[in-house]
Amino acid sequence: MAELLIKNGFVYDPLNKINGEMMDIAVKDGKIVEKVEGNSVRVIDASRMIVMPGGVDIHSHIAGAKVNAGRMLRPEDHFKDVEVKTEKTRSGVGRSIPSTFTTGYRYARMGYTTVFDPAMPALKARHTHEELNDTPIIDKGTYPLLGDCWFVLECLAKDKIEECAAYVAWTMKATKGYAVKLVNPGGLEAWGFGGNMRNIDDTVPNFNITPREIIRGLCKVNELLHMPHTIHVHTNNLGKPGNYVTTLETMKCVENLAHGDKPVIHVTHCQFSAFKGHDWRTFASGSEEIAKYMNNHSHVTTDMGQVVFTNTTTMTADGPFQFILYQLTGNKWINSDVETETSTGIVPFTYSRKSYVHATQWSIGLELALLIKDPWKIYLTTDHPNAGPFIYYPRIISWLMSRVARERVMKKMNKRARQKSLLSTIDREYTFYEVAIATRAGQARALGLEHKGYLGVGADADIAIYDIDPTSVDPSKDYRLIRKAFKRAAYTVKGGEIVVENGEIVKSVEGKTFWVDVETSPSVNEFAPRLKQVFEDYYTVQYENYIVPEHHLAVSCPVHTKAEI
Amino acid sequence: MVVVLRPKRVFKVPVGAECITPDAFAGKSVEEIGKLKAWEGNRERNLNELFRVGGESVAEPEEVSIQIFGDVHRVRRIGTQMSAGEIVVHGDVGYHLGEEMVGGKILVDGSADSWVGSMMKGGVIEIKGDARDYVGAAYRGGGTSGMSGGTIVVHGDAGNELGYFMRKGIIKVHGNVGQFTGVHMRNGIIVVYGNSEGRNGAEMTGGKIVVCGSVPSVLPTFTIDAIKPRVKIDGERLAGPFYLFIGDIAEEGEGKLYISKASNVHLKFYENLI
Repeated sequence: MAELLIKNGFVYDPLNKINGEMMDIAVKDGKIVEKVEGNSVRVIDASRMIVMPGGVDIHSHIAGAKVNAGRMLRPEDHFKDVEVKTEKTRSGVGRSIPSTFTTGYRYARMGYTTVFDPAMPALKARHTHEELNDTPIIDKGTYPLLGDCWFVLECLAKDKIEECAAYVAWTMKATKGYAVKLVNPGGLEAWGFGGNMRNIDDTVPNFNITPREIIRGLCKVNELLHMPHTIHVHTNNLGKPGNYVTTLETMKCVENLAHGDKPVIHVTHCQFSAFKGHDWRTFASGSEEIAKYMNNHSHVTTDMGQVVFTNTTTMTADGPFQFILYQLTGNKWINSDVETETSTGIVPFTYSRKSYVHATQWSIGLELALLIKDPWKIYLTTDHPNAGPFIYYPRIISWLMSRVARERVMKKMNKRARQKSLLSTIDREYTFYEVAIATRAGQARALGLEHKGYLGVGADADIAIYDIDPTSVDPSKDYRLIRKAFKRAAYTVKGGEIVVENGEIVKSVEGKTFWVDVETSPSVNEFAPRLKQVFEDYYTVQYENYIVPEHHLAVSCPVHTKAEI
Repeated sequence: MVVVLRPKRVFKVPVGAECITPDAFAGKSVEEIGKLKAWEGNRERNLNELFRVGGESVAEPEEVSIQIFGDVHRVRRIGTQMSAGEIVVHGDVGYHLGEEMVGGKILVDGSADSWVGSMMKGGVIEIKGDARDYVGAAYRGGGTSGMSGGTIVVHGDAGNELGYFMRKGIIKVHGNVGQFTGVHMRNGIIVVYGNSEGRNGAEMTGGKIVVCGSVPSVLPTFTIDAIKPRVKIDGERLAGPFYLFIGDIAEEGEGKLYISKASNVHLKFYENLI
């Protein structure tokens, strides 16, 4: 593997507290090293450029049964966005639900090197990994949906935390999952009977358990298993006016499970969970309340779920929410129930700047990012593709970095939304250092990725170089340059290899798939026979076929942890 | 001014010729027109490798008339996004005629293949012969890309899913149509002077469909509203009487479906429900 030396770049490495210092970065055998020497070293002149760790995306629906169903549902999404085959890349179609190869290339072009798919029905793990295998360049992982799994609900209803933990550990291994994902806990099970959870103390039908107990239970399980990431929660009541109360309740309910400053819960795509008001007419932003709570507590991390005004495809495991969207839009849709585990829904959606609700949603995402003072707590996502395709990240970066850019959008948007928006009162503009936190370092830390998100010795050599000079460019004025630079990285280095040069793919490599291998004591595996019975009774697949073998992953990268059970 | 195109040979594979529009031809000499690019199968060709180009062009697309002689039934996307002027095809024509057309006029002496005027926004298309499926339709998957203006007149028969996701404009078919006329229709007008093979207006939420001939049946998600002596469409009076159905109720739609009473005696039982 080639040796690399990136010279004279302005380095932003928040995990090592390096803020725009001019430094050289040396790379050898896919790792960052102290120095490299000799004639075989490839030197990249990064003078007047920004050097950051490769981007990390904590929440982006890029693979799986649901994403693929979305692709089939929306041929009209693809036909005007076609990537032609080149010598280095394969052909594909794109926009809101790009094909797997296009997904990998487009992330790499933006300087992103690690992306996590946040919603995998455990039953569809095989399919999800097949797609992740076909997603080139980027490292990836996926979170199994566990918040409505019958086995989990049964255990938690009887307060058998250890048995639940053993099951979760087994699921991570069996499905090659990375973190515990909860989507509308309890609500999806209720959706099987046409119901939903109205708040976190509603009772789940047939299980005599509340969302609060599920969240707390899985949070405890997560601690017992020493999972690298916290529980990843899509709150109850998501997408409904007035839901910020539920969101705060969700955050509060695990408050006493936190130790020190370590986060125990990640409330994802917070924008969709920060709505105020009683109905769509009285709809308003609840970002202030959420931000206030998050500023005073350190056990929560979150991501933006920033809305972009465009046509996109919404897809979540939250069946009841998608049903509401379908009723709102009257669009074609898909809704399905995944046996004993979860549900799903897909609805095409257009965010219009002239709509009061959509414009307010746009505002909420940015308000959250700007009002939450600590950038280590809130990360940049669009919940791709729910609030907008990931190709719009550079645009969001420019909104975060420039008040002028925000105001330009506000000028054209719904008048009532503009008048109510808090954005006109917020002067804060992100610095490059903060952007580096929100787009890579913070996400890598939240995910517990050991070798990602920093540029110190020993880190994976995932590096993004953007052609922008922080000493001469004023981001608040030259937001267009920012957008342009982040859209097409000057160089992206993945695992020590240059994969992107001047925004074009020059080499396609295979990315790793992270999964968590939890070591539990042998005694806890007693539940296996019972599990087999569960499969006999409830599932359409056999226990043996459910497990995804490690050789099924193109490049398997287990993260080992040792459980307390 | 008139530009004349004659195919140099019988095309064995599909030819994609988006460049055959008055907009692309305007202001170009015959040599320049000949250098426009088109695809024959997977090979990119100059237009003059495929066609003999004659006549002359002018600067304004409004005054350009493109006359196509010979067999172009494998040539696709003629008149794509054209905004003005005229295209006359003396013979049969291939898929996607006048796709996303904005204005101007297309006249076909013979028959057209599927997707005539798909995603059309304005202008006029007239087909003297038959048209196949998806006349004035949206791109597959529908959404907001249905026909949103203009007029399509087919003097012969048309195929299935005519006016799929239609939003505005008029489609008239003087012959018979296949199934699913006006499926997912949002607004606009479809008139069928001949017979229909049924399932008219499935999932329609607005607009009007008139069938002057016979239909096998009306979808159960349509409810009978009245019997109308005549229908007035675009200044034209169609003599009835017509059964007026409202639907598609499954989509809470308010589309109007007029079915000729005289040609459909088997629908007489609906009269008891009025």
